[in-house]
Amino acid sequence: MSRKTTVALHALAHGRTGDKGDRSNVSLIAYRPEFLETIVAEVTEARVAKQFAHRKPRSVKRYVLPKLGALNFVLDGVLDGGVNGALNLDAHGKSLAFLLLELPIAIPAKLVPLLSDSKTSKIPRRRKQ
Amino acid sequence: MATRKTLAVGSAAGFSGDRTDAAAPVVRTLVARGGPAALIFETLAERTLALAQIARRADPDAGYEPLLDELLEPILAPCLKAGIRIVSNFGAANPAGAARRIHAIARKQGLRAPRVAVITGDDLSGAVHRKLLRDGIGASFDSLDVVSANAYLGAEPIAAAIAAGAEIVVAGRVADPSLVVGPAMAHFGWAANDWERLGRATMAGHLLECGAQVTGGYFADPGHKDVPRLHDVGFPIAEIDADGQCTITKAAGTGGCVTERTVKEQLLYEVHDPAAYLTPDVTADISEASVRAAGRDRVSLSGVRGHARPDRLKVNVCHEAGWLAEGEISYAGPGAERRARLAAEVLAKRLRPALEIRVDLIGVVSVFADDRGRLVKATPAGDARDVRLRVATAHRDRREAERLTREVTALYTCGPAGGGGVRTALRPRLDIVSCFVPRAAVHAGFELVGA
Repeated sequence: MSRKTTVALHALAHGRTGDKGDRSNVSLIAYRPEFLETIVAEVTEARVAKQFAHRKPRSVKRYVLPKLGALNFVLDGVLDGGVNGALNLDAHGKSLAFLLLELPIAIPAKLVPLLSDSKTSKIPRRRKQ
Repeated sequence: MATRKTLAVGSAAGFSGDRTDAAAPVVRTLVARGGPAALIFETLAERTLALAQIARRADPDAGYEPLLDELLEPILAPCLKAGIRIVSNFGAANPAGAARRIHAIARKQGLRAPRVAVITGDDLSGAVHRKLLRDGIGASFDSLDVVSANAYLGAEPIAAAIAAGAEIVVAGRVADPSLVVGPAMAHFGWAANDWERLGRATMAGHLLECGAQVTGGYFADPGHKDVPRLHDVGFPIAEIDADGQCTITKAAGTGGCVTERTVKEQLLYEVHDPAAYLTPDVTADISEASVRAAGRDRVSLSGVRGHARPDRLKVNVCHEAGWLAEGEISYAGPGAERRARLAAEVLAKRLRPALEIRVDLIGVVSVFADDRGRLVKATPAGDARDVRLRVATAHRDRREAERLTREVTALYTCGPAGGGGVRTALRPRLDIVSCFVPRAAVHAGFELVGA
């Protein structure tokens, strides 16, 4: 059995957020084809819903795009009404891709040498609650 | 029909407020390349049109893109000379006004009068359309203080205008990708139900519609995704062939980059179901799409499909929605975070119950958080030593919203120790409700306007 290492999703994928009304979409694009299987296994709708729990998503829908090596998440109700209604400085939710990229991911040892720069993808330290 | 040459479409703006020096390198590249070409400016976000409608109420000649002169002056002469069609939604709430302004710019530059077409039919704000909107929105429509109502038009009137000889097409609300589909339809002679080709060209338009977002803008993440010369990022050009397939490249001699990664990020931007990207022209399908590098700063998109277009058109109704009040104050040094949190408590106690406030502790927790304050509450107090407290609220009544700005200012003498740098803002808010209306209820067309 191979030992697992945990990295932030940021080490494995990049993404961008789009918004329409109170709906946000977050794309997730694997840096390398070898990462996709792990990303698909780890970044489930349930885990994404949990990562955004404080924003009370009404639904989280995941689409997998193997030919692009990408996933697309559609989150409903996470923008406090959307760009015209929200009180957030970032009313579009443009920063939200990086909330998803904070997700800790356990990766098989064989992927570790493929990480380009793990220094900048440390798991963010959350304050103990 | 003989196979027509590839059409090159450059993009020179991705929103109202984008760089006005973006167009010149794109046009230089199109001219040097030779062959048929078009240039698009996308300058119309959802709210922009409502703001334009307000501007037009104050001044009947206003209501089009305020930066129109700055956008067009550097490139009007070379575009007219080289036959590069200009297609844009910079008409906003007053396309006819924009057309008059374009003629004035041409006169000022000593150019011949360009043939300008104005796209008509998107504006549904008139009394005659009230029933249509009420049918779409329901009874809640009656209580709305409507500022603007516009249907998203498609590529057909744009293509028709170009076929009729227009050199510049000025639209108000059209779907962003249609700015590209229109000139491609006109150039290649595609039918309005050629779903495969329209689907492909739509995704080419989608890649172009946000300007530099496909050429390394909004992409850099140092150490992970580095972008050369981001300060000078070049804007994109799509080479579209007779089947609608496209290759994305960018203006010569500029910074930025076109890579498989930049193209994938923009391809999925604002996409929901990848098999059904809806526009007035087509249902585009990227579920089987792929991208492939085809040289330096060249990426080809393939595998896009198209299905029949939606039966109805989307309409955005923008209405007045009270006031947004914001205030900020900074705390630094020992106990800064505790002092900022205390200031937030003071504000909440002073303003409730009439006003519920959102609290951001900038430097601790802010944009990832929610308006209800769940994440802020769940983040235990720490020792951040440089914190900017930001609070916001909304209210129908201006005077009520204004209480927040006054209370933040009063923190100078009545709040915790050492607060500094108060800034406050009070702004009217606009909100949008969307509905769908039957295609036949919207009369899209164009008018060629004289000099």
